[in-house]
Amino acid sequence: MKRVVITGAGTINPLGHSVTQTWQAMAEGKCGIADLDIRDVDRLTVRIGAQVKNYSAGDHFNRQKIALYDRFSQFAVLAAKQAVAQSGLVFDGELAERTGVILGTAGGGVNTWDESYRAVYEAGKNRVHPFVVPRLMNNAAASHVSMEHNLMGPSYTVATACASSNHAMGQAFNMIRSGQSNVMVTGGSESMLCFGGVKAWEGLRVMSPDGCRPFSANRNGMVQGEGAAIFVFEDYEHARARGAEILAEVAGFSMTSDASDIVMPSAQGAARAIGGAIKDAGLTPEDIGYINAHGTGTAANDKTECAAVRNVFGSHADKVMISSTKSMHGHLIGGTGAVELLACIMALRDGVIAPTIGYEQPDPDCALDVVPNVARQAKVKAVLSNAFAFGGLNAVLALRRI
Amino acid sequence: MTQNTQERIIKILADQAILDISDVAMQSTLDDLGIDSMALVECIFAIEETFDLEVPFNANEPGSGDFDISTVASIVSAVERLLTRQPT
Repeated sequence: MKRVVITGAGTINPLGHSVTQTWQAMAEGKCGIADLDIRDVDRLTVRIGAQVKNYSAGDHFNRQKIALYDRFSQFAVLAAKQAVAQSGLVFDGELAERTGVILGTAGGGVNTWDESYRAVYEAGKNRVHPFVVPRLMNNAAASHVSMEHNLMGPSYTVATACASSNHAMGQAFNMIRSGQSNVMVTGGSESMLCFGGVKAWEGLRVMSPDGCRPFSANRNGMVQGEGAAIFVFEDYEHARARGAEILAEVAGFSMTSDASDIVMPSAQGAARAIGGAIKDAGLTPEDIGYINAHGTGTAANDKTECAAVRNVFGSHADKVMISSTKSMHGHLIGGTGAVELLACIMALRDGVIAPTIGYEQPDPDCALDVVPNVARQAKVKAVLSNAFAFGGLNAVLALRRI
Repeated sequence: MTQNTQERIIKILADQAILDISDVAMQSTLDDLGIDSMALVECIFAIEETFDLEVPFNANEPGSGDFDISTVASIVSAVERLLTRQPT
């Protein structure tokens, strides 16, 4: 089996428009959550979210591109551009033919759905823009990334709700590991902070009206974010042969299904995925220094996730650091695992553990070292990134320093 | 009204083709203007929105039907015909 490394990273998310800005914000414990600035916000009960700030599509794309790019595609294309640039790869010949794009998104072009429904239902119009379908389809982002960089290998989109990005990156990992491709572009993107998107989430009654406080006893729900992060995954030997800078090694991946409930998480399903990723990486729980938690800030997730970690790690659970960066960038739904992988890379590369901000009161059900409020310096050699989706679909990645 | 219709259609085509209005001649074809099939459906949409009418156009058979898209002039007269058919 081939070893897989990360040789490029790019992002645009509520904490910044680049990886450097995001790492800095995470290290400083900055909060990207604020009052939502969207149409009809006064008709929403939930009025906060983590939006991508200081962003105008017109600064990055011409009118033709904007006509075809939903916001989730725009974010993916921008993040991919950074990642490919950092990797230094130019895709032509056999490399182009074998390199593909696997991205995660839960909702695809939700803003496009929202706008065209408004046009026909609210404004009573009988026609919509001709590109509604190519804008809203879930694979639009992956396809546009493939077109921008001439990537002609295996390409598709994974939609497993909040685990979409981790499932996508796990697939890309396995594709390189098995020798099917030497390079894959992977990650995720989401943008559903529009009236219809937030209204749908309100219905579940799991959203916080005032902030995201994962693992804190006074937590009262999740806060939604938007954005993308994209990575270049590469065969280790391929990367070494061309002298590429290696950010981290993707060492293992595991996915499980709870097969129990469409929204409530299961500690057993999560534990099987966590344990499975450690084993797949050839590591032991004692090797893991940091876990980027799924940590949504809901009552159900945080308690279940902590129980799962304790189950897998036993007494070492008290020594492992576990933080939820959703407290800063919000829950990017299908894009969340990709942005969270940045925190994992920062931990391995820079020895900076991103904090769980907004932590106010200890919760006996979440009695782990959640790196409360302030980032920490610590040398770790291996880390995990958890994602546990609605529908009981779990995906955990293991990364190692290189 | 004719002048107005013509000007508005030329503006729509020029916008799609990223050309100056002065570069769009009445005898120009869509090919001359660099308007591909994707841009054409955007033009049709813009014409429908601008004039509040339904253009009979199927992208599977762009050349068939009443709506003649062979030149700028033919598009203008096709739109004019549709406008006169509109109930008042």
